[in-house]
Amino acid sequence: MQEEVQGTSGGPAGFDEVVLPHLDAAYNLARWLVRNPHDAEDIVQEACLRAVRFFGGYQEGNARAWLLRIVRNTAYTFLEKKRPGELAEEFDETIHAGERVQPDAEATLLQSVENRMLQEALEGLPVRFREAIILRELEGLSYKEIAEVMGIPIGTVMSSLARGRTQLRDLLLRGRGQEVPRGM
Amino acid sequence: MACEDKNLMLHAYSDGELDLVRSLEIEEHLKTCTACAAELRAQQALRNKIRSANLYHRAPDALRTRIITAAGGTASVNRGRGRAAVSPIRIVRERRVFEWFAVAAAILIALALGIRMIPGALNSRSGDLVAEELVASHIRSLQPGHLMDVVSTDQHTVKPWFDGKLDFAPPVRDFASQGYPLIGGRLDYVGGRNVAALVYQLRKHYINVFVWPDDGRQAHLPDSTSRQGYNVICRTSGGMRLCGVTDANADDLREFMQLLSH
Repeated sequence: MQEEVQGTSGGPAGFDEVVLPHLDAAYNLARWLVRNPHDAEDIVQEACLRAVRFFGGYQEGNARAWLLRIVRNTAYTFLEKKRPGELAEEFDETIHAGERVQPDAEATLLQSVENRMLQEALEGLPVRFREAIILRELEGLSYKEIAEVMGIPIGTVMSSLARGRTQLRDLLLRGRGQEVPRGM
Repeated sequence: MACEDKNLMLHAYSDGELDLVRSLEIEEHLKTCTACAAELRAQQALRNKIRSANLYHRAPDALRTRIITAAGGTASVNRGRGRAAVSPIRIVRERRVFEWFAVAAAILIALALGIRMIPGALNSRSGDLVAEELVASHIRSLQPGHLMDVVSTDQHTVKPWFDGKLDFAPPVRDFASQGYPLIGGRLDYVGGRNVAALVYQLRKHYINVFVWPDDGRQAHLPDSTSRQGYNVICRTSGGMRLCGVTDANADDLREFMQLLSH
C-alpha cells in the first residue's frame, strides 16, 4: 500500500487537501490572466495535472501559493505561445496619466464607479500588474506569498501593486470623462 | 521627505506590510500632510471597490469534475498499466489511515517514556541563549525597511489581533499616561516557541516586551542583564513571563517592568 502511495504523490499531504480546496483560487487567477473562461478552464486543468505529476515538489507549507505558482506559470506559457503581445505590453503612462483629479474628490469618485467599468479597467492593465492586484485584493495573499507565486522579490511586489493601482485609478477616472472635477 | 518617496510606503502601509518603525513614520507624516492623507483615502476607496465588486470567478462544477477524473487517470498511469484507475483521493485516504496508526503509536510511545522526558522548548536552552535571542529579536524589530508582520500601531487592535495566533492571551495594557505608550504588537519566535511581542515607546526609545506563559519549566533567565548595550529585564506576573528589552537605561526599564507586572 505504501509503495502505491509514494508512486502517486510522494508528498506528505494529499491531492484532495492540496489541490482541490484551492480550485476556486486557481480558476480565478487563470481567468484574470487569460481573460476568458474557456482558456482559463484549460489552463487550470493542465496545471492541476502538473500538480499531481510534480507532487514530490510540494513540501509542507503553503499549498495555495504552491498551486497558484503552477497555475500562473502554465498561464504565462500559454500567453507566450498564443498571445505574445500581451506579455510585452507596457502601459504608456504618458498617454494615460491625464490631469490628476483633486485628491479629495478621488475617493468619492472611486466609490461610485460601476462594477463593470472596474472589471474592464482591471482587464486593461498589463498582465503582471493585474496579477499582483488579483492576488492581493481577491485572494488576500501577503506580499511574501505574492512574491512566491510570481517568483519576484518582495520589493517588486510592492512596486507592482503601487504602479498597478495607480494606473487602474487613472483608467477609471479617465473613463468617467467630463463628470470629473479637475484639480487646479 | 518628499511625498513622492512616500507613495510606495503608503501602499505597503495600507496593506499592513510595513514594519513598526516605518508605520510610525508614515502615521506621523499623515498627521501633517493632507496630500498623502487624501492619497491614502483614494487607495483605500479603490481597495474597497475592488473587494466589493463581485470580481471573483469561482471554478465551474464541470471543471472540478473533469479535474478529479483526469487526475485519477494520471495517477493510475503513473503507477503502471494494468491497474484500474484509482483516484489519488482514495489512495490518500488509505494512506491517511496508516498515518493515523503511526501517530497513535508515536503518542503511546511518548506516554510510555513519560511526558516529563519531553523538555519544554524553552527549558532546553540556557537562559543566556534566550537573553541573546531576545536582544537579537529586539534589534531585528527596529531595523527599518524590512517587512514584517506588525499589524497595527493602534493599541485598541493589538489585543484582539493576538486572538487565535497564540495558545495564550498576553496581557495588553497601555501605559501612555505614565509615559510608556503602547504602539504595537507582533508575533515573534524566541527560545523555540511562539511568543507575543508588545512594543512600547519611551521618549525616543522602543521597548519590546516578550510574553509567554510561565509554566515553571523555563530556563533560568537572569532577572536583569545587558547585551550589546541593550538592557533586558524579566518578571513573572499573572502566570506570564514578561521580558523587556530596550536601549533606554536600565532604571527606566526597571520602572516600566514594575508597572507591567502589577
